[in-house]
Amino acid sequence: MVALIESPVGPRPADTGEQDEIRPRRRRPRIWRGVVLGLAGVYFLIPLYAALRFALGGPTGGLTFAAFRSIPSQLGFSAAFGLSLRLALVTTVITLALMVPTAVFVHLRFPQLRRLFDGITILPIVIPPVVLIVGVLQVAPTFLKGTPYLLALEYVVLAMPFAYRSLDSGLRAMDLKTLVEAGRSLGARSISTLLRVVVPNLRSAILSATVLTVALVLGEYTMATLDQYQTFSVWIVYFDADNARVSVAASFMALIVTWVLLMVILSFDLRRTRRSVQAKEAA
Amino acid sequence: MKFSRSSSPARSNGKVGGGENVGEQGAGAKVELRNLKRRFGSTQALDGLTLTIEPGEFVALLGPSGCGKTTALRALAGFEFLDAGRVVVDGKDLAGVPAQRRDMGMVFQSYSLFPNMNALDNVAFGLRMRGVGTTARREKAASVLELVGLESEKEKYPHQMSGGQQQRVALARALAIEPRVLLLDEPLSALDAKVRLQLRDQIKLLQTRLRITTLFVTHDQEEALSMANRVCVMRQGRLEQVDAPAVLYSSPATPFVAEFVGIMNRLPGKIVPGGVEVLGGVVGIRNGGGHADGSAVEVLVRPEGLTLAPAADGRGIVMTKTFLGSTTRVTVLLEGELAVQVDRPSDDTANLEPGSAVQVTVLDREVMVAESRSGADDASQAWVAAAAKQS
Repeated sequence: MVALIESPVGPRPADTGEQDEIRPRRRRPRIWRGVVLGLAGVYFLIPLYAALRFALGGPTGGLTFAAFRSIPSQLGFSAAFGLSLRLALVTTVITLALMVPTAVFVHLRFPQLRRLFDGITILPIVIPPVVLIVGVLQVAPTFLKGTPYLLALEYVVLAMPFAYRSLDSGLRAMDLKTLVEAGRSLGARSISTLLRVVVPNLRSAILSATVLTVALVLGEYTMATLDQYQTFSVWIVYFDADNARVSVAASFMALIVTWVLLMVILSFDLRRTRRSVQAKEAA
Repeated sequence: MKFSRSSSPARSNGKVGGGENVGEQGAGAKVELRNLKRRFGSTQALDGLTLTIEPGEFVALLGPSGCGKTTALRALAGFEFLDAGRVVVDGKDLAGVPAQRRDMGMVFQSYSLFPNMNALDNVAFGLRMRGVGTTARREKAASVLELVGLESEKEKYPHQMSGGQQQRVALARALAIEPRVLLLDEPLSALDAKVRLQLRDQIKLLQTRLRITTLFVTHDQEEALSMANRVCVMRQGRLEQVDAPAVLYSSPATPFVAEFVGIMNRLPGKIVPGGVEVLGGVVGIRNGGGHADGSAVEVLVRPEGLTLAPAADGRGIVMTKTFLGSTTRVTVLLEGELAVQVDRPSDDTANLEPGSAVQVTVLDREVMVAESRSGADDASQAWVAAAAKQS
């Protein structure tokens, strides 16, 4: 082994019979990785398993999908879920409409301010929701006050850290300045360059921001309760008192929907990466 | 040259660069950069740069990193604000005209193709922005791709193409809009040597056929000298010299140009009446004046400006020989750890072996003189000598 270290041009381990000394050193990190992943998996999966087991539990002790099947017909579900979906849509549209141009502008014109923006966009996480609500109320248009869509404005603030980070990482991965300048040199106005060049190449980041925003809106409870609107998450909590199994089943379903969306995005990115690598190798 | 849908049939049929018509189309624009100034913090990137490029001319901006060449190109493209000065194209001041309305095609150093579009759509993008119909722009884009030899790759996406292919598509994209001026920002520097040579020839050929006024930025003197009609050597935001490549090489205006373009030997000399004494001989000075008789200077001589002959009592020792075809470059170590390079016909150097003694002299041509270099440069010279000794 010493000889191997001292002689960089010496024979490879496979040729020396010292293979067995090297292998255990390589295996150790893999074992630890497995242990850490296993522990993390247990930490996340046990509560999920418990929730699923509870939701599937029948009155006589067997397993049944009755709780899942009955979700759509429960009192207030359609209205609450419909409201959450509408809020998710409005929030996502406003968030992307605000954050995509902002993130592009910061990257393009003020790259030195990226850290400052990182700090600013993280503020909604550390500021209490009630303060955010008061702040949004100060600037919200009058016609929105008294409607559930006021929540969408509040959710936009909440979604900002997640959306900005997704977009930021997408923008870092592309040569934004050159692409924009190439577009402009070919006669494209700023808006054309944004829509035809930048946005299509930010597709993964935008999808990621969208999923995070939707997940956040579907799961947000505090602001909806403070504003006294019955969104999906509020309905789950209230309905828990009437039928705990259905309430847990609905929570589980929401989680699975979010998870499936994330998997779709990941597989989409993975396919693109594989295609890119294969094409490069072919070229 | 400005593209319009009501232009000639050749244009609307998408025959840009497709044959003899191309030359007729290529009127080119006259470009004038007048006293351009631009400062970034403490760095004066452009310091009164003035340059006129004639219609259809291929001009290269050559200089070391940070000399302001890219800033000048970007100012012309409309991507850089100017502190002072004017950019005038065909008599029209472009102050306030945004980049997207300047009708200038640009090829960037990094592959700047839009990753979400295939080659054809990339080339057609500029036409789309000009409102050209789908059929017309696809036909035209295909014809320009054919011009750069990539028609068969038109459906491929950037990540499916090699670097050389991507730059050719980028070139086609810039040409498709029939720009008034073609701007090339070190388009070859990211390519490997073989592809670089091929693309270099292709760009030159296309520029000659299309006669588009072209400004080419590079730090590679070989590229500049081989491609451009005129080369502008830049230093610290200013033009040191603007001349044809041959003139630049044979008659550099300043010691900086002399050393930046081609290979230059620095030899110790002494000013004497009628010239400068160097290697035991006296030759005339091209950039005379400013030096008193008897003062020590450094004499700048190109490898072909020196000659050598075998001599038992010669002051030089042959260190290495590099065969370059018809000529051979001989590195000779002189007294004082001074290494010089001498180009001689290969037949004349056949009998010179490393270690043999030679006498090096300066051919009777006017030379340039410069102030003595700094200590760092002396150290560099010593390192060259040491390397030559080792070899």
